[in-house]
Amino acid sequence: MRKVSAFNLAAIVLGLVFLYLPIAILVIYSFNASQLVTVWGGWSTRWYAELINDGALVDSAFISIRLALVSATAATILGTLAAVALVRFGRFRGRLLFASMIYAPLVMPEVITGLSMLLLFVAVAIDRGFWTVAIAHTTMAMCFITVIVQARLFDFDMNLEEAAMDLGASPLETFRAVTLPLILPAIAAGWMLAFALSLDDLVIASFTTGPGATTLPIRIYSEVRLGVKPEMNAVCSIMIGVVGLAVIAASLLAKFSITGRTSVIER
Amino acid sequence: MIPKRTFVEKLAVRIPYAWLLVFFLVPFLIVLRISLSQPALAQPPYAPLFNLLAGWHGITAFFGALSLDNYVLIGSDPLYLLSFVKSVEIAAFSTLFLLIIGYPIAYGITRTQHRIQAVLMTLVMLPFWTAFLIRIYAWMNILQHDGPLNQLLMALHIVNTPPVWLATDTAVYIGIVYSYLPFMVLPLYATLEKLDESLLEAAADLGCPRSKIFWEVTLPLSAPGVLAGALLCFIPAVGEFVIPDLLGGSRAPMIGQTIWTEFFGNKDWPAAAAVAVALIGLLVTPIVIFQHQTMRAVERG
Repeated sequence: MRKVSAFNLAAIVLGLVFLYLPIAILVIYSFNASQLVTVWGGWSTRWYAELINDGALVDSAFISIRLALVSATAATILGTLAAVALVRFGRFRGRLLFASMIYAPLVMPEVITGLSMLLLFVAVAIDRGFWTVAIAHTTMAMCFITVIVQARLFDFDMNLEEAAMDLGASPLETFRAVTLPLILPAIAAGWMLAFALSLDDLVIASFTTGPGATTLPIRIYSEVRLGVKPEMNAVCSIMIGVVGLAVIAASLLAKFSITGRTSVIER
Repeated sequence: MIPKRTFVEKLAVRIPYAWLLVFFLVPFLIVLRISLSQPALAQPPYAPLFNLLAGWHGITAFFGALSLDNYVLIGSDPLYLLSFVKSVEIAAFSTLFLLIIGYPIAYGITRTQHRIQAVLMTLVMLPFWTAFLIRIYAWMNILQHDGPLNQLLMALHIVNTPPVWLATDTAVYIGIVYSYLPFMVLPLYATLEKLDESLLEAAADLGCPRSKIFWEVTLPLSAPGVLAGALLCFIPAVGEFVIPDLLGGSRAPMIGQTIWTEFFGNKDWPAAAAVAVALIGLLVTPIVIFQHQTMRAVERG
């Protein structure tokens, strides 16, 4: 029987406190009435109210959301195709290069990805703006989606696909009727991760953006570089709330997918 | 044997393949090329790449214009060398701290019941989803001169004068350990969770003391997780920009900051490209090891 020792328990509790306390402090201070960020002046929502009147900030938020929607969707399509190709097609010419290009961006320092993307756009003389950032984010996120979908594809029973083919379904029909429904939860989780990555990214966006496409992280960064500001506490708290809800939804989806799978096996 | 593929199947490979070639591989070749060219007072600020219309002359001009000046520059200017050394030092120590802090957490989680393990791992991963920038900003808040940390230390009479946290290496370490902790705990947990319980019982039955079991059984068996976690933290940490920029001092920049400054500040694109190529050269071995690990891990399921 496993036993949780006092040391185990302390490690878990201290670890979680370390992870959550800074975020909690940030959220609490976002409700601080005082203009001075370090002096507690009672509870207030004034910084949230001031945000709504900050036109530039609201514009940036909409640009970031639009960007995240576009790049997450494109990345999901590309990433899923890549995962299917890697798992189901066995060996094909250039597979090693393909796989390397999938795994390298996962750890590549963002400064390098951003710089190289920018130099590509400059070399082919494309005007930088919303779409160049969208392409950069799509490229970065598709690799994460490939890994997630790949894991799911390895996980499920290939016999299901073979059965469908034996019964006369074409590969495309099999994919649509058998494979796709089974990997859908992984695809959905991947889409949400891509959305969060895009919403989060400062470095790659800074390199690849152009006039008229100032994303929310770029805006926040230029504000906080010089110090802590109460309005920024409020913006960050809102983003934490939005992302937190999305992740809880995603993990529920993932849970549902596991129960969904076991129920298929049981049947 | 390579089975014959339908048109649709071919497309499924070729579309993502082409995308990665154009938007991942080609950009690196361009970086390599620009790192070998001269800076110029032009828009874009480097000597032109190549002129296909010029035919043969264009090709000879292309190779004729290659120069190693930028690499000579980064090899001779101590600023660049220092920032490489500093980056590796910070990344290596951060990885060590992450292992020391992450291992007990991952190990502790595997000791709990299965149902609780899932909840705890979700809790560990959750902060990773909240924007990176925001988590660093949260620490700017805490580490300010008259911020919560110093207020607490003063109230408890641990210190008499508030210590300076921001713009120090300590702050950078705190920032990296804080933001990368989920990346360390996840692979450690994944290997520790699969660890065969009966091996530990066997060691205990044979009279091995508990501390010795850990050092001689548990730790060696979890080596793949340690390696995966260390690589997953070390590689991006070397090129980190946001954390040292917001929390660190400006005297000895990390390599990510140097690329950023060369590019946005000095507008010396060839130098920035050369530093980037040197950084890739530094990281290529750990990245290749990481790829093999990931490929094996994913395909094992």
